[in-house]
Amino acid sequence: MTYFRDAAALARKDLLLELRGRETVPAMVLFVLAVFVAFRFALPEGQEEAASGLLWVAIVLTALLGLIRAFVPERDQHTLDALVLAPCDRSAIWLGKVLSVLAFLLLAEAAAIPLFGVFFERPSAATVVAVLLADVGLAAIGTLMAAMAVGGRAREVLLPLLFLPLAIPVVIGGVGATVSGDPARYLGFLALYDAIFAILAWATFEYVVTE
Amino acid sequence: MIAARGLSKRYGTKRVIERLDLDVPRGSFVVVTGPNGSGKTTLLRLVAGLAAPSSGSGEGTVERAGIGYLAHEPLVYRELSALENLDLYGRLYRIPERRERIGMLLERFALWEARREPVSSFSRGMQQRLALCRALLHEPELLLLDEPFNALDEEGAELLDGELAGLRGRTFVVATHDPARLAPLATGSLALA
Amino acid sequence: MLALVLLGTGVGLALLWVPEDADQGVTQRIFYLHVPVALTAYTMLAWGAWKALRLLWTREERCDLASYTGIHIGLIFALLTLATGSIWARASWGVWWDWRERQLVVFLILFLFYSAYFMLRYSLEPGPARARISAVYALVGVVLIPVSFLAVRLADQFLHPTPLIRRGGPDMAGSMLFTFCVCLAGMVALAAALYANELAGKRLDARLRELREVLS
Repeated sequence: MTYFRDAAALARKDLLLELRGRETVPAMVLFVLAVFVAFRFALPEGQEEAASGLLWVAIVLTALLGLIRAFVPERDQHTLDALVLAPCDRSAIWLGKVLSVLAFLLLAEAAAIPLFGVFFERPSAATVVAVLLADVGLAAIGTLMAAMAVGGRAREVLLPLLFLPLAIPVVIGGVGATVSGDPARYLGFLALYDAIFAILAWATFEYVVTE
Repeated sequence: MIAARGLSKRYGTKRVIERLDLDVPRGSFVVVTGPNGSGKTTLLRLVAGLAAPSSGSGEGTVERAGIGYLAHEPLVYRELSALENLDLYGRLYRIPERRERIGMLLERFALWEARREPVSSFSRGMQQRLALCRALLHEPELLLLDEPFNALDEEGAELLDGELAGLRGRTFVVATHDPARLAPLATGSLALA
Repeated sequence: MLALVLLGTGVGLALLWVPEDADQGVTQRIFYLHVPVALTAYTMLAWGAWKALRLLWTREERCDLASYTGIHIGLIFALLTLATGSIWARASWGVWWDWRERQLVVFLILFLFYSAYFMLRYSLEPGPARARISAVYALVGVVLIPVSFLAVRLADQFLHPTPLIRRGGPDMAGSMLFTFCVCLAGMVALAAALYANELAGKRLDARLRELREVLS
């Protein structure tokens, strides 16, 4: 039980930092808005259905934005050392970070999805469920990738390269749930993706942050 | 408590520590000296478990919950207050009666007045004092201090002197540029080239 | 040596001896190269992941070089898979790329992923941290292989609901199967030879560097 309390304490810390700094979530919301506007001009007349697929690109890129910021406090102030030294399970650090990344992503989407409905077309229930499932998977594997990139050079370029190939199956699952006649299959796939990569990330995080 | 043989640490092609033997019996106070770049920080990181040796082996009977580590950086979140920082670490270290202990340490290091201010508003000396609070918070049996007097002002240095004297009996490995200051407490020393 | 012999025989057989496939004619012969190359790529990537797991398990630094080399060779073969697949598509249908070719799409995703592996290694200082992080990444990659396969299959259903042109291997008669196996064996042997060669070279480099350190 202390495991979850540790993760909660860490997530709370990130939320508190965001409340003080207010840098990440507003940036994500503005980013999504800008992407929507760009989509509008990228789609020729009469192709509005294609926009539902583009929603997923917007979500992946917004998640990426959130992930790029994820370990910044730990890196700049070297606090990752202190967290790794603490007696808590290292994977609790992962869980705490996933929870906060998820929170930011959900907040950004709380604005983005209604906006999408206004600009393009109202997202179906299946789409919303798919977004929630996708968020979990993206946050889970994305946090692992973010931790890998945090110690190296050129991290701003590196994280997109590490993250985007892994995000492709999520885009497929999401678009499938949005446009196909049988969303359940794609939702099932997203759930499977979440389970597989969450377990993998949870199990291997320790090796990424320790020597 | 800690014993290591043939410790080496390489970063790429740079050999920072070379075939070092280390013995830190329980209750001892080991002072580590050496010029900049001689590996004092690296040694402390190895003992703390933050770095893995390139070769050699070590044994210790301390677990993570028993180690208190003071680095060059204060290892605190600058946008949070002193209280919030210590509360976080207090939770992670499962300290009983967290609030009381935090309050006591903040007072002892003269930070009680500023406890709700964000750490970014602290002077370097205050940040170092907060870092000491963080390191001592969970009453560790092994204390690894990397140049603790470095950023401290006069007042802070006196507080630390008192604190170190009061912690007699615990095990210390302290890297310093000023071994004379710690001479009365030291039971052993290690000079790195 | 063995690799060259096997591969040479395989290619020779493929080009000359095996009867032509009824549907596709001469161009089908590239199947004997393309599929073994793909399978070998998978094998090397899996080997790299296995060595990565060993590294995390045993902390032996030898495994890092082995894992890296396996993935390096795997990436080269993945690139070859994309190339041979593209040539086959061009020869068969006149296009350099067809999104309906599931195998190729999966390889494209894997190519992106494993290229990033090298960017990751390049951005980190050599040492135990880099070895561990690379190892975890290699494990993520090997999990990505089946996941992306599944994903691409699912994608087909909404991207291309029209029935797929069934283009896989031919129904393999005895001689075809034999040729295929020879080519496969040859390809794997080639990969193994390249792997052993590169690994030996890297280990020698590391040893030399160590010696230079000790002497200086």
